[in-house]
Amino acid sequence: MKAAAAVREWPVEGLARVPYWVYQDAALYAKEQKKIFRGPTWNFLCLAAELPEPNSWRTSNIGDMPVVVTRDADGELAAFENRCAHRGALLCLKPCGKAKDIACVYHNWTYDLKGNLQGVAFRRGIKGSGGMPADARPESNAPAKVRIENYHGLVFGTLADDTPSVETYLGPDVAAKVKRVMKAPVKSLGGYSQMVPSNWKLYMENVKDTYHASLLHLFFTTFRINRLSQKGGVIVGGDGGCHVSYTISDPASQQKNAGDEYEKAGMRSASDGFALEAPELIESVEEIGDGVTVQIVGIFPGFVLQQIKNCLAVRRIVPRGLNETELLWTAFGYDDDTEKLTALRLRQSNLIGPAGFISMEDGAATGFVQRGVIAAGERDAVVEMGGRTVESNESRVTETSVRGFWQAWRRHIGI
Amino acid sequence: MIDINIQLAIENLLARYVHAIDDDRLEEWPQFFSTTGRYRITTLENHKQGLPLCMVQADSPAMMRDRIAALRHANIYEAQGYRHTVSSTLVKPLGDKAFEAISNFTATRIMHDGATLLFATGRYVDRISGGAELLFDDKLVILDSRRIDTLLAIPL
Ligand code: FES
Ligand SMILES: [Fe+2]
Repeated sequence: MKAAAAVREWPVEGLARVPYWVYQDAALYAKEQKKIFRGPTWNFLCLAAELPEPNSWRTSNIGDMPVVVTRDADGELAAFENRCAHRGALLCLKPCGKAKDIACVYHNWTYDLKGNLQGVAFRRGIKGSGGMPADARPESNAPAKVRIENYHGLVFGTLADDTPSVETYLGPDVAAKVKRVMKAPVKSLGGYSQMVPSNWKLYMENVKDTYHASLLHLFFTTFRINRLSQKGGVIVGGDGGCHVSYTISDPASQQKNAGDEYEKAGMRSASDGFALEAPELIESVEEIGDGVTVQIVGIFPGFVLQQIKNCLAVRRIVPRGLNETELLWTAFGYDDDTEKLTALRLRQSNLIGPAGFISMEDGAATGFVQRGVIAAGERDAVVEMGGRTVESNESRVTETSVRGFWQAWRRHIGI
Repeated sequence: MIDINIQLAIENLLARYVHAIDDDRLEEWPQFFSTTGRYRITTLENHKQGLPLCMVQADSPAMMRDRIAALRHANIYEAQGYRHTVSSTLVKPLGDKAFEAISNFTATRIMHDGATLLFATGRYVDRISGGAELLFDDKLVILDSRRIDTLLAIPL
């Protein structure tokens, strides 16, 4: 195995190869934290709807960095590092709470909801003794301020001054697809999380790997929800790190699908062994009017916005060390949803999450890669489906957006 | 006090239920429910906040059978099994031959390679009815934690 991150060299084949050491190197993990997560990228923090009330807060992350997102008395959103200026203790210990200000539990230093240090307990001592020197400037060690943008109800944060606006970061084509889903005020329907036994990049690649969808997730394929031969495509935007994959239902092409490429190729995913006894599970209504039944948006470094039929959700991908990643899901609907539509979204939620009919394999599969390549750090994954470049594509039998991910990653890391 | 025979019958139902799952007799799982029976897995966090999202939501035994068919024929996951322990079942009568039963449970997950993990803890909040044969009308599994390791394939 090669020694330090400094001597790493990318394979000469360029984006058509991904060396396995990228999932195994602790020094590289630290570099990613600095250059990517705390660098000029937008990190999804929460839905604005998850902080509906003034004087409330939620905890989130920018990579390893714990972050607090707040809404102050005036309804304004802000975010800052969840670290006390004194000894560095976490300021907020729960997923969410309500408060006018925030007090560190350790020595009771207090902060306003913008993260400004307001009070130092016994700063002047008691009865003339103790306390801090007059020239002490504890404010200088204050938690880092996070620049945020509430982009159509999605709250993103960045620690770099030079990160372009979210709109520019996404590029016009991807931005349009985000706005397509975030078209009206939303409300959370609930959430859960799952630990994925792999490096965070393997999960994000999985999101961007449109090639696997019908091959690994046999549930979809069997019920012809996401056959690759249905119409659809991949859009790559931003600097390669943002993508949209989508499927358009086309009754005409579905007809033709009888005896389609899958059966001809005799692939595993064509085995239509059973039929749904309760097909209401996948019953859906056309909401947006463009026939798009599935739309997955992946935003570098670790955010997913999904529309799977009427099931809407965000996924936050948080690295929890080199070999572990937490995937935090929040499902949502629109504020003005009817009860019937909410019921539909909830029933379709059987498709997603750690128990989802079309998602349960993903976390396990990325773990299979992590375990499979453990002794192959000097070897490379071949990423040549759909060519060797990064471009939008009419076919989903492509790894173009995986290559796009690596294009962005390499630019940030400088490899 | 609840009739001792009712208590025993309900505990027996719960015991047969978890043995069926742990013995990989998953096809029997929907048979523990009445024809209008419902099964859901949610988290304590969602439950407390009144948020309706579930990890699993089967509105009928037919949807439960579909889930088992999917697990057997469509979904891909590494060979694994559970060992359940159910305890502290509190029974409350709800009316004629209908009861609410709240139990604690733990489920240990055993992987094919021997890796053994405390996979889930929580409560079963059950509505049960029937005369000679008791069945679940509603089974709500409330997980103490919001976090699942890797995936949740087999029902709890
Ligand atoms: S660490 Fe926060 S007040 Fe001391
Ligand atoms: Fe997938």
